[in-house]
Amino acid sequence: MSIRERLSGNEAVATAMRQIDPDVFAAFPITPSTEIPQYFAQYVADGRVGTEYVTVESEHSSMSTCVGAAAAGARAVTATSSCGLALMYEMLYVAASARLPITLACVNRTLTGPININNDHSDSMGARDAGWIQLYAENNQEAYDNFLQAMRIAETPDVRLPIMICQDGFITSHAVENILLESDEDVKRFVGEYRPEHALIGRDTPLAVGPYDTCPFCMEHKVMLAEAMKNAKRAVLDVAADFERSFGRKYGFFEEYRLSDAEVALVLIGSTAGTAKACVDALRAQGVRAGLLKLRVFRPFPAEELAAALSGVKAVAVMDKSEGNSACGGPLFAEVSAACYELERRPKLIDVVYGLAGRDCTTADIERVFRRLLRIAETGETGARYVHMGQRSNREEAL
Amino acid sequence: MSVSAKDINEQTPWQLLTPGGEIYEGGTARLTLTGQWRSDRPVWDPAACKQCLLCVPFCPDSSIPVTDKRRADFDYDHCKGCGICWKVCPFQAIRMEKEGRP
Ligand code: SF4
Ligand code: SF4
Repeated sequence: MSIRERLSGNEAVATAMRQIDPDVFAAFPITPSTEIPQYFAQYVADGRVGTEYVTVESEHSSMSTCVGAAAAGARAVTATSSCGLALMYEMLYVAASARLPITLACVNRTLTGPININNDHSDSMGARDAGWIQLYAENNQEAYDNFLQAMRIAETPDVRLPIMICQDGFITSHAVENILLESDEDVKRFVGEYRPEHALIGRDTPLAVGPYDTCPFCMEHKVMLAEAMKNAKRAVLDVAADFERSFGRKYGFFEEYRLSDAEVALVLIGSTAGTAKACVDALRAQGVRAGLLKLRVFRPFPAEELAAALSGVKAVAVMDKSEGNSACGGPLFAEVSAACYELERRPKLIDVVYGLAGRDCTTADIERVFRRLLRIAETGETGARYVHMGQRSNREEAL
Repeated sequence: MSVSAKDINEQTPWQLLTPGGEIYEGGTARLTLTGQWRSDRPVWDPAACKQCLLCVPFCPDSSIPVTDKRRADFDYDHCKGCGICWKVCPFQAIRMEKEGRP
């Protein structure tokens, strides 16, 4: 039986961590993820977990601690945001290339600069090619549920990749909402024990991790990592299926909201889905066939499945909550466009960059995007494909 | 999956390598001949050598083999030619030469 509670996203993730009772927590504070190590420190002080709580001097060190701990055969976790994730950058690649299934709670905050503490996805999007699995949450429940599934995905023998469990800073991390928790015993049973085949300690056989990789071998190891990321697609679905059997809540690569007969649709990530669903419902009540695809899994990117889900839609707006600074759109737009390229009948696609550094996005904003899509569907004219929404301007903007 | 370092070489396909290049046994550096990097070569003069063994712990590459408390000639498969042994030898029993190219 699930337990009714009301928790912030940060407390939900800290609760998941307490229930899992990992071997090592490498802790360094940064807004808005600070509460996670803060709650966890209390669990350690109260003797509620057996975790080795390592306070370090920087995020580079917290990820290094996780790398060492995971190589030793431990379950290692950490939490961070924004520049904290950026400071880990070097070690993120080390963790992935050494194939260490570390779990990182990423509370998304805009990446400095300019310095700003509010939410967008520029921090984790900046690390999208690091070889980490990335799961995103709409709300506290999904952040909690994703965290419970994280280790089993990451530790799958033919995956062995680190995983980032992302939630929107403040909007999700600090807002207190209703949530269903599972009992400590059920969580422990679901997550299970970590028994890696090789480890630096506790074994009779020796192991060397992360050796210098000479030219004749390094590309082969990168190919192995790329294959592991493909394998992660199956692992994500397998673990989600077992999660549904255990706890009744259903997950996949993405959520399709009133999408099956939609004429116009949005693709987006994270908490804006709540706002978008309200807008979809309002438009549906007016007879507009609006729909939404909320992406949960960004790495591995479910290209074929996403393209199939969008194949019947006439016009799609990809909502990027981070800039690509590519002069042609954000990272989500690039992936969605590439995914749809193989379709016989492609939807018209535009990119709407929104919500940067915490800029609000209301149902009225979302409706403007849908109205634009309806015009595109009607006229067949895409117009500007890469636009920003929510900024002040002294000229008329596309949105 | 467990693969011995001796079973891996430059012809091994990626499917048969270890994840992350992990190595599951000790002492495998012996299998990798790194001496080609050397541009200078230490040359040992056994007649001048007093077998004090001071050079041995100074060698960063364990390239001065010792058996029965006596050093033998350099392990040129792994010596990098750094010259530390030459510098520390109190008896001028080591000299440095330019590495010849065959
Ligand atoms: S330091 Fe010189 S004298 Fe001593 S063992 Fe080495 S080569 Fe011989
Ligand atoms: S030259 Fe350097 S690497 Fe070679 S034997 Fe002497 S100390 Fe060792």
